[in-house]
Amino acid sequence: MLTTSGEGPSTAPSTSLLAARSVTKAYAGIPVLKGIDLAIAPGEIHALMGENGAGKSTLIKILAGVTAPDSADIAVDGRPVTIENTKAAYRLGLRFIHQEFNVVPSLSVAENIFLGRRYPRRAGLLVDWTALNAFARQALKRLGIDHIDPRLSLGQLSLGDQMLVRICAALLDDARLYVMDEPTAALTREESERLFRVLREIRASGSSVLYVSHRLDEIMALCDRATVLRDGRAIDSGRMAEISHDDLVAMMIGLRVEEAYPPSKSTPHPQTTLSIRGLAAAGIGPIDLDISAGEILGIAGLSGAGQAELVKTLFGDLRPTSGTMTLLGAAYGPSSPAAAWTRGVAYVPRERRVQGLVMRRPVFENITLAHLRRQSLGGVWLSPGRERALARSTGQIMRLKSAGPDQPVFELSGGNQQKVVMGRAVAGAPKLLILEEPTRGVDIGARFDIYTILRDLASQGTAILLVSSDLPELLGMSDRIAILRHGRLDAPIPAIGLGEDDLINLCYGRVTGRKTA
Amino acid sequence: MQLFVRRYGTLIGFVAILVFFSVMLPGTFPTARNWLNITQQVSMLMVVAAGMTIVMVMGDFDLSVGSTASLAGIVAALMMAAGQPLWLSLGLALVVGLLGGVFNGAMVSLVGILPFIATLATMTMFSGFAFVISGGRTISGRAIPEEFGSFARGGGTLGEWGGVAVNLPNLSILAILVVLAVWGLLEQTTFGRRLYAIGGNMEAAHLSGIAVKRLRLIAFALTGLAAAVGGLMYASRVASANPVQGSGLMLNAIAAVFLGSTMTRHGEPKILATVIGVLVLGVLDNGLTQMSVDSYVRQVLVGGLILVAVAASSVSQSRR
Repeated sequence: MLTTSGEGPSTAPSTSLLAARSVTKAYAGIPVLKGIDLAIAPGEIHALMGENGAGKSTLIKILAGVTAPDSADIAVDGRPVTIENTKAAYRLGLRFIHQEFNVVPSLSVAENIFLGRRYPRRAGLLVDWTALNAFARQALKRLGIDHIDPRLSLGQLSLGDQMLVRICAALLDDARLYVMDEPTAALTREESERLFRVLREIRASGSSVLYVSHRLDEIMALCDRATVLRDGRAIDSGRMAEISHDDLVAMMIGLRVEEAYPPSKSTPHPQTTLSIRGLAAAGIGPIDLDISAGEILGIAGLSGAGQAELVKTLFGDLRPTSGTMTLLGAAYGPSSPAAAWTRGVAYVPRERRVQGLVMRRPVFENITLAHLRRQSLGGVWLSPGRERALARSTGQIMRLKSAGPDQPVFELSGGNQQKVVMGRAVAGAPKLLILEEPTRGVDIGARFDIYTILRDLASQGTAILLVSSDLPELLGMSDRIAILRHGRLDAPIPAIGLGEDDLINLCYGRVTGRKTA
Repeated sequence: MQLFVRRYGTLIGFVAILVFFSVMLPGTFPTARNWLNITQQVSMLMVVAAGMTIVMVMGDFDLSVGSTASLAGIVAALMMAAGQPLWLSLGLALVVGLLGGVFNGAMVSLVGILPFIATLATMTMFSGFAFVISGGRTISGRAIPEEFGSFARGGGTLGEWGGVAVNLPNLSILAILVVLAVWGLLEQTTFGRRLYAIGGNMEAAHLSGIAVKRLRLIAFALTGLAAAVGGLMYASRVASANPVQGSGLMLNAIAAVFLGSTMTRHGEPKILATVIGVLVLGVLDNGLTQMSVDSYVRQVLVGGLILVAVAASSVSQSRR
């Protein structure tokens, strides 16, 4: 084992923990990886970056033994190896933690941790549950987790805690390299912080982490080095401490971006689009709020502060117990999402695969799904020509990269899938647009496109409610920000002049005396 | 290659079956008369399977169609035996089928019971109703008016072949009409598009403003209606009704939709694929009967064929 400090080595040492050279892979004749080099030192957290479609998943699948490369020289601890299947990857000490983690929600935390392993047994027969739970508690404790009861069924935990359990399971036997694909995508800030502490401990123990993420701030803070994929080639960032945020962005998209957020084009109209008075529902309220036409209003808050309930109530998926809502001067109380859409309220849900898209259906059907009544003959007979035309024009507005309106959505990259969900919302020229985490797992280029669309919509008079856990995004895009805490909403404050730490303090309910930004 | 097998495996199998029977039964199998006969033999299954396709598009299914078919036949026969006019008897039988479907739909979409359990229960219930109101008897003979039985025997003349008039049986015409109606509904209307969206992702469909509960209820109602039509066709063909005569339809209908969906791009049920699925089952039945293969052996063969088709398509799918 090489010596490692908290900082990690500055350059790849002669014996990398894992070294992949000249990795090439083509799908149907189209090269995805054109000779990638990746070297991960022992005891480092190494970021793997790149826009959606840059080949990150392909590279990871090759390391995991899921996909065979066209050619590659892979060495572990200097010994050349071939990873012909997932078992081989496992034997080499490689562990993979994916976005969609395979857990069984109905089983307990302890059972999930020991899934696929031998359970402790009494007299070789009956499962020794006490011992199993004790082992699980111990395993969790090693990661500094003591707030999770191993007897609870996993489904009862928050997504973040589920992720921690999953990581705990992967850490049970000492592995050399943990590959994590967007581990924080579903995590709140505090859950992410907990995960980062664990990752730093892994690094200190001499194992390494290959960390895939779109969140530059995280990578800057956490990782020692990065490999950036672009156009099928790899760029070694060198030491993270020596480069800037903008350098990293430039490596990713090949040019410098001075500004991650397009400037606001308009000032909000005086006209109020949505007015909420004393609104209460299970878990939230009473809430008062006004959103003006052309305004982008950000909603911040710790996870589980009532964001989901607020959005559901506004969108007709949760019945308010009291209070009134007024949309453009008329009483508003949607009985279902269908009723909300008819009133000109559009919604971009949190989880695009689960809540947003019909993955195997074509792009155009996904875009027109909420607008079939107007895009058909008499609301009954389909008019595919009209639908495709709408999908094409929407695709142009969204700068959607697809093979055409008939391409199934599952074939698109994550960023483009998100654009399809956005496109559905935009295609109806909404009066009020509600977005939850609109850029989660979306690469920087698509992210900028989405922000640009939001600015355009706002300048056309759409009121936008942006619910996000991405604080820079809230600060960069919102005109005003309101903090949701334990189901109560504070009065919105102007975003200008606020800093991330102000927002965090506000989310925790701490009063800040001065602005730190 | 794998994709080819997955997409066209069932179709190739179908052609192989046709070739096999044509070689083995050159005098009787590949004749217009036999084919018209096959279209009549499969017509009831075709109608019930077309109805089944509607709910299976949403990822649901309906185990009660066989019982509904029997019940509809019994209701119509009892009405006719009681001297009610034909239109009223048939109308009431169809309403019973529709209401049975509405009940299924309400259990599944409003109460939230899994389709398997809900329709397993109603399958038993409807079958019980049929026994109760018929007293377990077969209603036949003079109780059944002549024109009801003669409908199934009649047909539209297509022309002459070898000096013999060739008729397209009325039941076949009815089946074609039902298939066309379901095709229009599923492929050409917003209703069908929404059902496919529900089948692809119910949560996304709901959040996109689709009235999921209402549409599921309507879909089950239509499946029940189609089952009743199938049951009446059966009763007309045998000019009698008994409380179990539709019971074989359910498994075959589900099998036909599954066989068909092995041919579609993402394994989704499609009505035209269902038609092929029905024809595969019908042709096998026809050919094996002509070859005097024991009916129990036929069952084994048909079951095996379904396994092979579905396994071939799912194995190659998982390796994609």
